[in-house]
Amino acid sequence: MRSLPQESPTLAEPAPPTEHLDEVDRRIVLATQSGLPLTARPYHAVAEQLGIGAEEVMARMARMLERGVIRRIGAVPNHYALGYRANGMTVWDVADTAVDSLGERVGALPFVSHCYRRPRRPPVWPYNLFAMVHGRDEAEVEAYVRQIAELLGAACRGSDILYSRGILKKTGLRLRDTREPLEA
Amino acid sequence: MPHGPYEPSTPAILDETDRRIINALQGGLPIAEQPFRVYAESLDLPEGRLLERLRRLLAERVLTRFGPLYNADRMGGVNVLAAMAVAEDDYEQVAATVNAQPEIAHNYRREHHLNMWFVAAADSPEAVEAAFRRIEAAAGLPVYRFPKEREYYVELRLTA
Repeated sequence: MRSLPQESPTLAEPAPPTEHLDEVDRRIVLATQSGLPLTARPYHAVAEQLGIGAEEVMARMARMLERGVIRRIGAVPNHYALGYRANGMTVWDVADTAVDSLGERVGALPFVSHCYRRPRRPPVWPYNLFAMVHGRDEAEVEAYVRQIAELLGAACRGSDILYSRGILKKTGLRLRDTREPLEA
Repeated sequence: MPHGPYEPSTPAILDETDRRIINALQGGLPIAEQPFRVYAESLDLPEGRLLERLRRLLAERVLTRFGPLYNADRMGGVNVLAAMAVAEDDYEQVAATVNAQPEIAHNYRREHHLNMWFVAAADSPEAVEAAFRRIEAAAGLPVYRFPKEREYYVELRLTA
C-alpha cells in the first residue's frame, strides 16, 4: 500500500447560482433526465406519467429552460458513432490576469465544446484553462489546438492535450431521487 | 435507455436523412403539444417517420439520449472534476473502485501522467468530498480536485 498524501487539496467549490426547484419540478426532472418519450406528444406523455396536466408540465419546463436549468432540448449524439474518434482535453497555463478574457474567446471557437477555468495543482498540474476539442482524428484536433495557441499568444506559458483512451464509466449527471416515493 | 459499453467503435452507417435529423435536432425542440411537427415539416418527412428514425438512432446508440439537457449546477447540485495518476498494473482495480462510487458520473482514461479523470456529482460539496476521500483511502493515491472556477462555454454540437 502506498502512503496516503499528507493532505488532500481541499476543494472549495464556490456555491453556483442555483434556481429553486419545487417538488413538482423535481418530479419532472426525474421523469425526463434520461430522455423524453419519442411520441408525437412527449410532454403529454410525461404529464400522464406524473399525473399532472400537460399545460403545467410545459409551463414548468419552459420556465426551467428560461432560467438555464435546462440547457437545451434535443438529441445528444454519441461522438464515436458520428466518427469523432479524437476527443482531446486541451489544457493551458494562461496568465491569471488574462485568463478570463481569453477563456471567453476560446469558448467561442466553433470546435470547442466546453471551456472552463480550473485551479492549478502545482507541481503536478500547471494548467488553469480547459477546453474540450472534438475531431475526427488527432490531426484535426491538433490543427484546432494551433488555432487556440495563436489566440492565446504570449499569455500562454504551456499547454498539453489529453486524449481520451476509453470511457470507464458514463452515467451522466443525474438528479437522484432522494425524496419519499411519489404517490402511486 | 440504451445500455452497454461506450468504447470507441467504428462510426455508425448513417444515411442522408439520419444526418439531417441529427444536425437539425441537437437543440431547440419546442415546448409545445406536438414539438416534432415543425422539424418534420422542415425536414420534409412525415412526423411518424421522423419519430421512427429517432427511436432507431437511439436504439443503435448513435444518440445517447433525446430530451432535455439539465444543468446540474443550477439544480443545487455540485459536480467536480478530479484526476489520479494510476500505475498500469493497478489501473483496472482502481477504475473499479472509482466506478463503484455512486457519485461518480463519468470516468475517462486519458493519456497523461494523470491518467484517470472522473467527475463526482452530488447534492452537496461535502458528499463530493466524501466520495473523493473514499477513493483516496481505497486506492492509496491522491485525488487531485479540479472544481470549475468559471464556465466560459458549454455546448456540444456535432456535425453528422
